[in-house]
Amino acid sequence: GKKEYDLLVIGGGSGGLACAKEAAQFGRKVAVLDYVEPSPQGTKWGLGGTCVNVGCIPKKLMHQAALLGSALKDAQHYGWSIAQPVHHTWSVMAQAVQNYVKSLNWGHRVQLQDKKVKYFNMKGSFSDPYTIRGLTKAGKETTVTAENIVIATGGRPKYPTHIAGALEYGITSDDLFWLKESPGKTPLIYYSFILHLYEIVVYISLTDASQDVSLECAGFLTGIGLDTTVMMRSIPLRGFDQQMASLVTEHMESYGTKFLKRCFPTKVEKLESNRLQVTWKNTDLGTEESESFDTVMWAVGRAPDTGTLNLEAVGVKTNSETGKIIVDASEATSVPHIYAVGDITEGRPELTPTAIAAGKLLAQRLFGQSSELMDYDNVPTTVFTPLEYGCVGLSEEAAVQCYGSDNIEVYHAYYKPLEFTVAERDATQCYMKMVCLREREQRILGLHFIGPNAGEVIQGFALGIKCGATYPQLMKTIGIHPTCAEEITKLHITKRSGLDATVTGC
Amino acid sequence: QEAAKYEKKVMVLDFVAPTPLGNSWGLGGTCVNVGCIPKKLMHQAALLGQALQDSRKFGWQFTEAVKHNWMTMTESVQNYIGSLNWGYRVALREKKVTYENAYGEFVGPHTVKATNKRGVEKVYTAEKFLIATGERPRYLGIPGDKEYCISSDDLFSLPYCPGKTLVVGASYVALECAGFLAGLGLDVTVMVRSILLRGFDQDIANKIGEYMEEHGINFIREFVPIKVEQIEAGTPGRLKVTAKSTKGNQIFEGEYNTVLLAIGRDSCTRKIGLDKVGVKINEKTGKIPVNDEEQTNVPYIYAVGDILQDKLELTPVAIQAGRLLVRRLYAGATSKCDYVNVPTTVFTPLEYGACGYSEEAAVEKFGEENIEVYHSHFWPLEWTVPSRDNNKCYAKIICNIQDNERVIGFHVLGPNAGEVTQGFAAAIKCGLTKEQLDSTVGIHPVCAEV
Repeated sequence: GKKEYDLLVIGGGSGGLACAKEAAQFGRKVAVLDYVEPSPQGTKWGLGGTCVNVGCIPKKLMHQAALLGSALKDAQHYGWSIAQPVHHTWSVMAQAVQNYVKSLNWGHRVQLQDKKVKYFNMKGSFSDPYTIRGLTKAGKETTVTAENIVIATGGRPKYPTHIAGALEYGITSDDLFWLKESPGKTPLIYYSFILHLYEIVVYISLTDASQDVSLECAGFLTGIGLDTTVMMRSIPLRGFDQQMASLVTEHMESYGTKFLKRCFPTKVEKLESNRLQVTWKNTDLGTEESESFDTVMWAVGRAPDTGTLNLEAVGVKTNSETGKIIVDASEATSVPHIYAVGDITEGRPELTPTAIAAGKLLAQRLFGQSSELMDYDNVPTTVFTPLEYGCVGLSEEAAVQCYGSDNIEVYHAYYKPLEFTVAERDATQCYMKMVCLREREQRILGLHFIGPNAGEVIQGFALGIKCGATYPQLMKTIGIHPTCAEEITKLHITKRSGLDATVTGC
Repeated sequence: QEAAKYEKKVMVLDFVAPTPLGNSWGLGGTCVNVGCIPKKLMHQAALLGQALQDSRKFGWQFTEAVKHNWMTMTESVQNYIGSLNWGYRVALREKKVTYENAYGEFVGPHTVKATNKRGVEKVYTAEKFLIATGERPRYLGIPGDKEYCISSDDLFSLPYCPGKTLVVGASYVALECAGFLAGLGLDVTVMVRSILLRGFDQDIANKIGEYMEEHGINFIREFVPIKVEQIEAGTPGRLKVTAKSTKGNQIFEGEYNTVLLAIGRDSCTRKIGLDKVGVKINEKTGKIPVNDEEQTNVPYIYAVGDILQDKLELTPVAIQAGRLLVRRLYAGATSKCDYVNVPTTVFTPLEYGACGYSEEAAVEKFGEENIEVYHSHFWPLEWTVPSRDNNKCYAKIICNIQDNERVIGFHVLGPNAGEVTQGFAAAIKCGLTKEQLDSTVGIHPVCAEV
């Protein structure tokens, strides 16, 4: 029979909202279901999804707070006199960030209203292929039918439940951004207690696809003055270019973040003082160690939020290992009129802009007579660690694997941002490299940049790569002076040559 | 330096004629000493002042009173410049390029005379010559200008805080200097004869002016100074400026500690003996016309940089042109400097990055009906929490409808405009179209994704 809606979107995050709003542009009847299951610690939030509430937005704002801490130090070299002591108050930052996020929640609600998209604050699950059962917090049930359904429920942080005390005592990024009070107390001036009053440990595991989240959090926590330790079982930033990953962590180490490498926790216990005792195994030394912290944050990956959707009842297939929904190039699931976009989909980058783009294109194909598919190649991204890392295209390892090291050329350079000179900042890890094919045209396969404003630097070059940019074309591009980005247009030392890659002079 | 790689015997003559107030500097030219480098560092100092204000909203706490010390900043900046001067001397030595700190002028075919600070003359001959003498700031030609006013040549090493400043001019030099002086807490006024940033996209130029005005910089429009008198000597002293309206007989009088002239730059080509070797220059502007291989009308004499006619006055352009020229001369290369779609950035308080056509130039060249302008205001995420302006940052691209909507102009007004623009310039060099732009995924959250 006739369905109530042309399109029903389950999940009001980046992908879901973009799809819904685009579909509404075509005059379609659209509805969005959004619901936030509280975290184990009880944290919840409004419309907008991960990015807005517990991802990109609060992360970048807190990263900015940390960067401003560095700016305060730099400023003194540039002639600004600031009376000591300078300290950071978590609650001021948190409230400002949370207020902004709430304004975004509100903005999304208004936008949906303006575009005549019906919004249900309900948890959705499939009753049959065209029917969704929505449940409010109070338990009230509503049934909604639609011709087309898009699943965009995203993911939630995983807990290492095999570790005793992990669920009861640990927090995740879901909670961190909503803490009203500091995850570590600001240091009181008691001699013997200084080191222990404000410690946080962030544990990241070997299967973490979102390790960047953990390093980013550890980075800004350190930047605002908290004693932070990162414990990791194996390598950081798996999936990213490993040379760049180690430069990032090297910088964090010199910046003040502590690392416990090749260690994994075995239990978390609560002490009388309310601090947490973490016990772990050091796989290098074969020893067991223990220390107390104020907060333990888990960043061991995200699990797709499909558990309560009742997908089995309608036959939507998921990947048995990851639990993510399997989709084809047009974002269609195994059931023809049911689609999926965003973090919930198998094999796609877990990024807001790809979810948004995919959601929009899907709506255009469904209702706008378009046939354009989403291009997931050469998606640029940035890790907002204290020294940022932006990249697009292949890592060096991937390029070598794909083409063979004889067929690729890697141009690289160590540079010093002009602003670091007067500020007397250490630029040891400020580095960039371009991976190109060696033959004829020298097409650019990958570009990697570590330095301030990495995201701003990489964005335009990502466009160039989408246009099939070659090394000669980049060399013909004249630099803007003085910037960090111009160094990319001047890359000329190859790794193969073995020459010193430090940029000198103007 | 490039020529020395090809084992050519190379000599560089560099000499800095002191400013009217007696200021001079070391090896490296305008960019290093009195241009890009000190400018960007002082701009950074001003940005840090803003960052201090923002940081309070992000939870940082420190006393209300925050002051800026000009001398601390200037000393740091000059020390860094000194290290660059030194670096160049070392680099030239290592590459076995002979360097003479002497004023060069042609005295006959293939022959130059070099006069050092002490007046000692030497004569040199060479196969080929490259003129790269650049420019110096222009003065108004009014009573008191050379005696009492300073220029950018003096500002970056000024041994005292300039205090209440009048900036005369509407060039990017004028606006960038006015911008950072205000950012450091000084009372700044800009006196403009007609329009801002002549040659740049005027829509954006006006937005830049608006922003500066809203942030405390005074503008006096359509006036030109007619005399500058000293009320009181000092460091800084007190100066009285009299100006006349360009539109009538109105007179303006004002008192300032410092008057900074930024009305343009003149090529250093009139006193280097070009007539002795027959190199033609544009008599009006002093610039040297060259062909697309940087060759003057005299086959063995070349020129690069700010002195070239109809070319952009930018460091990276000069560097690129110089390097490619030498490779053509000595390494059999054929590449010429590509002067099309050269990106640039104006480091005003709200930075402006651009590449390609301004809107007016595009309309003139292609016709309004053949171009499409896409634009957007945006609010940098970092500005939300400290409640900074939410409708000032702006981006626009200009596309040629007849050529597959190829992007022919890119303009962005916002933080880190230089970093943002660089990559887009590369993409434009690759023939970027609107479709390709639309299909490229953004990095989130950054300004560049807009």
